[in-house]
Amino acid sequence: MNALAEALRLIVTLDADLFEILWLSIRVSLIALAISAVISLPLGTWLAITRFPGRKVVILVLNALMGMPPVVVGLMVYLLLSRSGPLGWMGLLYTPTAMIIAQVVLITPIIAALSHQVIENLHQEYRDTFYSMGVTGRRAIVAYLVDARFALTTCILAGFGRAIAEVGAVIIVGGNIDHLTRVMTTAIALETSKGNLTLALALGAVLLTLSLLVNALVIGVREYAAKRQYA
Amino acid sequence: MPDSLLPIRIRNLRLIKGDRAVLDGVNLTIEELGITVIMGSNGAGKTLLLRCLHGLIEPDQGQITLGNLTVADSRDQQAMVFQHPVLLRRTVLQNLAFAVPDIAKADPQQLLAALDSVHLADRANQPARMLSGGEQQRLALARALLSKPALLLLDEATASLDPASVLLIESLVKAQSKRGTKVILISHDQGQGRRLADEVVFMSGGQVAEQSPADQFFTEPRTPVAEAYLAGKILF
Amino acid sequence: MKHLIICVTLALSTHTLADTIIVQSTTSTQNSGLYDYLLPMAEEATGVKVNIVAVGTGQAIKNAMRCDGDVLLVHSKPDEEAFVAEGFGEKRYDLMYNDFVIIGPESDPADVASAPDVVEALQRIQQTGAKFASRGDDSGTHKKELALWREAGIDPEGGSGRWYLETGSGMGATLNTGVSLGAYILSDRATWISFANKQDATIVYEGNPALFNQYGVTPVSVDKCPTVNRQAAQAFTQWLVSVAGQSAIAAYQLNGKQLFFPNANQTKPDN
Repeated sequence: MNALAEALRLIVTLDADLFEILWLSIRVSLIALAISAVISLPLGTWLAITRFPGRKVVILVLNALMGMPPVVVGLMVYLLLSRSGPLGWMGLLYTPTAMIIAQVVLITPIIAALSHQVIENLHQEYRDTFYSMGVTGRRAIVAYLVDARFALTTCILAGFGRAIAEVGAVIIVGGNIDHLTRVMTTAIALETSKGNLTLALALGAVLLTLSLLVNALVIGVREYAAKRQYA
Repeated sequence: MPDSLLPIRIRNLRLIKGDRAVLDGVNLTIEELGITVIMGSNGAGKTLLLRCLHGLIEPDQGQITLGNLTVADSRDQQAMVFQHPVLLRRTVLQNLAFAVPDIAKADPQQLLAALDSVHLADRANQPARMLSGGEQQRLALARALLSKPALLLLDEATASLDPASVLLIESLVKAQSKRGTKVILISHDQGQGRRLADEVVFMSGGQVAEQSPADQFFTEPRTPVAEAYLAGKILF
Repeated sequence: MKHLIICVTLALSTHTLADTIIVQSTTSTQNSGLYDYLLPMAEEATGVKVNIVAVGTGQAIKNAMRCDGDVLLVHSKPDEEAFVAEGFGEKRYDLMYNDFVIIGPESDPADVASAPDVVEALQRIQQTGAKFASRGDDSGTHKKELALWREAGIDPEGGSGRWYLETGSGMGATLNTGVSLGAYILSDRATWISFANKQDATIVYEGNPALFNQYGVTPVSVDKCPTVNRQAAQAFTQWLVSVAGQSAIAAYQLNGKQLFFPNANQTKPDN
C-alpha cells in the first residue's frame, strides 16, 4: 500500500529522477526493439518460407537462445565491449549504446523464433497462391510481414517486455551509472540493495503501469485487426 | 497474347502417395483453344493433374510440355483460381495491386475496370476478407485475369457459391476464352460442364478414361465408367 | 550495422566527453549516498564529470585491470597494492576509513555483544549454531570477513549452506537476506547506517581495532591502459586527497552520523 502511494506520489509530482530513468528505459528498449525487429522479423520470415539444409538446426538454436539468461548475454557483451575486448576501441562500455546492444542480442532470438511461428502458419495458407502468382524472395518476405503485421505485434511486444524488464545484462554493460545508464530495473536493484524496499516497489509499480499501457495498446490494435479480418 | 502454350502434352504422368499411384500414367494432349472441363469422381486425380500442370506438385515420373515450354518456363503465363480463394489481409483494391504491381503503377484504372467487371467496384476499399464467399471468388478471378494469362486453370472454383456468382464467373471465363486464353477447369457440376465445355476430359483411377467433344460426352459417352458417372451411379 | 551503432552512440552517449571518467568503485560509498554528495563538488572544483560503476571490490579491481575504468576506489589494501605492483595503478592513496560492524538480531542469541574481542564474537556465533550471512562475492568486506574467520581459527566453509550462508551478492542484498533470516552479518558501518530495511536487527558488536576499514583511491596507469583519461583521473584523485576533498568527506553525515573519516596523507596503524 505504501509502495503504491509512493508510486503515485512520484508520478503526480513529476519526479525528475523518476522520469529521467523511465525515459532512458523506454528509449533504450525502443531503440533495441527497432534494431532487433529489423533483423529478426525478416529472419523469422525467411526461415518460415525457405527450405535449406540445416534449417531445422538454425531454428533449434534460435529457440534455445530464447532461454539464454540475460546475465550471460551481459557478460558476453561486456567482454566484447570492454577496453581489452575486441570492440573496446569503440568506447561503448558503460553507455546506453552498450545496453541497447545487450538488449538486441537478448531479444532478437525471441522475436525471430516467435515471428517464425506466426509466418509459418500464414505460409500454410498463402503458399500455393504466392507460388501461382510468382511471388518469391524479397517480395514474399515483405508481403508476409505486411500481412502478418497484427500477429507480429504480439511477438514484438514479447521482445519489448523482455527488454524493458531485464536487469542482469544492462547492469553489467551499463554499470547503473546515475544520470547516464541508470534505468528502471537497475534503479530497482539499487534501491533494494539499499533496503529502500518501498521505493523499489514503487518503481516496480511504475514499470508495471507502463507494461499495462503497452499491452492495452496492443490489444486495441488486435481488436481493430480482428474486426477487419486482418488478424 | 504471348506465345501459345498449345499444344499441352502430358506423357505418362505418375505421382505416388504412400504406396498408391494417385496419378497412374496420365496421357493427355490438348490442342485446341476453348474450354476444357475435367470431370471425374473424387479421388480420380483431377486436382493433382491440374496442380502438376501449374507446377505446384512435382510428378514422380512423366513429362509435361506446353507449346515448346516446360512447366517452369510457362508459369508466368499461367494463372490459377483455387477452390478456396486466398486473399491477402488488405483491401480489395490492394489485393489486385499486389498481384500485378506493374499495372498498378502504370495504369491503375485497369484495376478499377477489373473490379467493375466482377461487380466489386463499390467494395474497392473494403478489407478483402470481409467479402462473402462469392465475392471473394470473383475477386480471385479478377486477380487471375489481370495477369492476362495464356492458360487459366480453375479448380472447382464455383463449388458452393451462390447461383448469381456462379453465372457471373462462368460468363467471365467464357469471355476470357473467347479472347484467346486457354481455359482448363475442374467441375463436378454437369450443368456447368454443359454450359461451358468445348471438350471434356474424364478421369478415373488416376488415369484419363476419355477425352471427347462436349456434345458427344454428355449425349453419348464412349466409356462405360463415364456413362455410369453421368448417371450418378458411381460411388467411391 | 556499424553506422547504426555509431549513430545511436552519438545520440545517446555522453561518455566520450574529454572530461569524463569512470570510477570502478566499491558499493558502500555509493549506497551510503557519499557520491551523490561529493561528486557535484568534485565536478565544480575540477571540471571532471565522474561516472560511478559500483560493484564489489574484487570485481571493481578486475574491471579496472581490463581497462574499463580510469580510477579505482575500493577497500582492500593488499589487493590495491598488488594492483599497483602489477603496474595497473599509478600510485595508491589512503583516502578515508570507517569501520566494520557485526549486525545481528536484537535478541543476540550468540551473546556476541559481551564478547571481549572480535575473534571471540565469531567463535560464539559458530559454537551456538547461529546463522551467519556472508557476502561470498570476493568483495572488500568479504575478504575482511574471511581474514577474521582465519584469525578465529574457524573454517566457515564447513558449515556452508547450514549456518554459514554465502549470498554471493552485494552488501545491501546480503543485509536484506541476513536480516530476514535473523543471521549475523559483517557490514561496513556506512552501508548499515544508510540501510533502510533494518527490521529488528542492530549493531551487536563494534569498536574493535581489528574492524578497521580503510578506503583507498588509485588512478589506473596509462601505461597499461592507454585509453585512460589520465589528466582527469589525476585531477579527481588529487582533489579527493586535497584539503578541500578531505574536509568535504568529513562533513558528510547521514542520520546525524559521520560515515567516513578522511585520512589521506596520514599514517594509520595497519591491521
